[in-house]
Amino acid sequence: MTLTVTDLAITRGGIPVLEGLNFSLQPGHALILRGPNGIGKTTLLRTLAGLQPALSGTIDGAEDQIAYASHSDGLKPTLTVVENLAFWASVFGTDDIQPALDAFALNELSDRHAGNLSAGQKRRLGLARMLVTGRPIWMLDEPTVSLDKDAVQMFADAVRAHLGQGGSALIATHIDLGLDGEIMDVGSNKAKPKPIDDFDGGFL
Amino acid sequence: MIALLLRDLKLAFRAGGGFGLGLAFFLIVTVLVPFSVGPQSSLLSTIAPGVLWLGALLACLLSLDRLLALDWEDGSLDLVATAPLPLEAVVSIKALAHWLTTGLPLVLAAPFLGVLLNLPVPGFFWLVISLLVGTPAMSVIGTFGAALTVGLKRGGLLLSLLVLPLYVPTLIFGAEVARRGATGMETQTPLLMLAGITAATIALLPFASAAVLRINLR
Repeated sequence: MTLTVTDLAITRGGIPVLEGLNFSLQPGHALILRGPNGIGKTTLLRTLAGLQPALSGTIDGAEDQIAYASHSDGLKPTLTVVENLAFWASVFGTDDIQPALDAFALNELSDRHAGNLSAGQKRRLGLARMLVTGRPIWMLDEPTVSLDKDAVQMFADAVRAHLGQGGSALIATHIDLGLDGEIMDVGSNKAKPKPIDDFDGGFL
Repeated sequence: MIALLLRDLKLAFRAGGGFGLGLAFFLIVTVLVPFSVGPQSSLLSTIAPGVLWLGALLACLLSLDRLLALDWEDGSLDLVATAPLPLEAVVSIKALAHWLTTGLPLVLAAPFLGVLLNLPVPGFFWLVISLLVGTPAMSVIGTFGAALTVGLKRGGLLLSLLVLPLYVPTLIFGAEVARRGATGMETQTPLLMLAGITAATIALLPFASAAVLRINLR
């Protein structure tokens, strides 16, 4: 499943943030999204995931092939690790959560309530959710926040395994994950204010 | 969808989930009424259907601000929106879970609280029937209000202000069924009106709730 973006422009709170975005994401490939804070990386990911409409341009590649992970993990503190994961597995219709528990070393935490996990453990559980969605295109927004070195490695391994199975990933991150993916710096796509045309100029 | 319903029920029954809060509120309001209007049993039995209906309505209102706000705060609403579930189904399931954890317990508790207010004997049956028919509408309308105010800081008060006027038709006809039942009058007309309101809200409001939720998630 290839995701192709053509001449996309996106807005946040009604203000254009990025424009002229053109890229495609092939199966088996990762695209690392770079750019300074506030440039619109999260907005881009939310737009691609279908959570907000684009200002203009087209996104080809079905929305229902995308698994999205936002800054927050959507965990319920009073459910256990297994219950949290099993919920997402049944929402996405894949019922096997064991590979996800193994990939993020969550087996020994499986009976703990998510509210009692540390920030890094919560993040691991949040990322394990991506595995149970069974969707080919991953969109990850700052996935390594609060992860330690080993957990970052675990995450990079999981992404590599996902790419190896023909999946693809679009990752907004500031650190080097050691993935052999293409890097896209969206800083150059910053939306510029509309130039003043003759009518406006005359008025001013 | 079943998974979402089971999760919401599980969350409600776990510690801090808020199950029973509405019920306790209903009990306290009902107990306070004789203190404020005096203990004459004839007066109490006259106002009992209306007071019980109002108490149930306010108890229902109490738990609405948690309905979608908790999912919004922890980010799971965004994730559910990207999952293979239509948002119309999500809000319907949310309303059903709210009814099962708030509305249904109120219906079952109402006859016991009716005793405290000296509700006339024929009134018990009609009170339960009217609440059973009317409370689903309160959950569905409440879900719409919760979808409108999701993401607003201190949205709880605004939610009450938005939802209470929408509860008026349900309250009028629901309390009318209970009042007429208690005095031995014919109840068919208000009961049909109440059922019609409930059926219409269940049929139409999930679409409105999903539409405003889509806008609020942007």
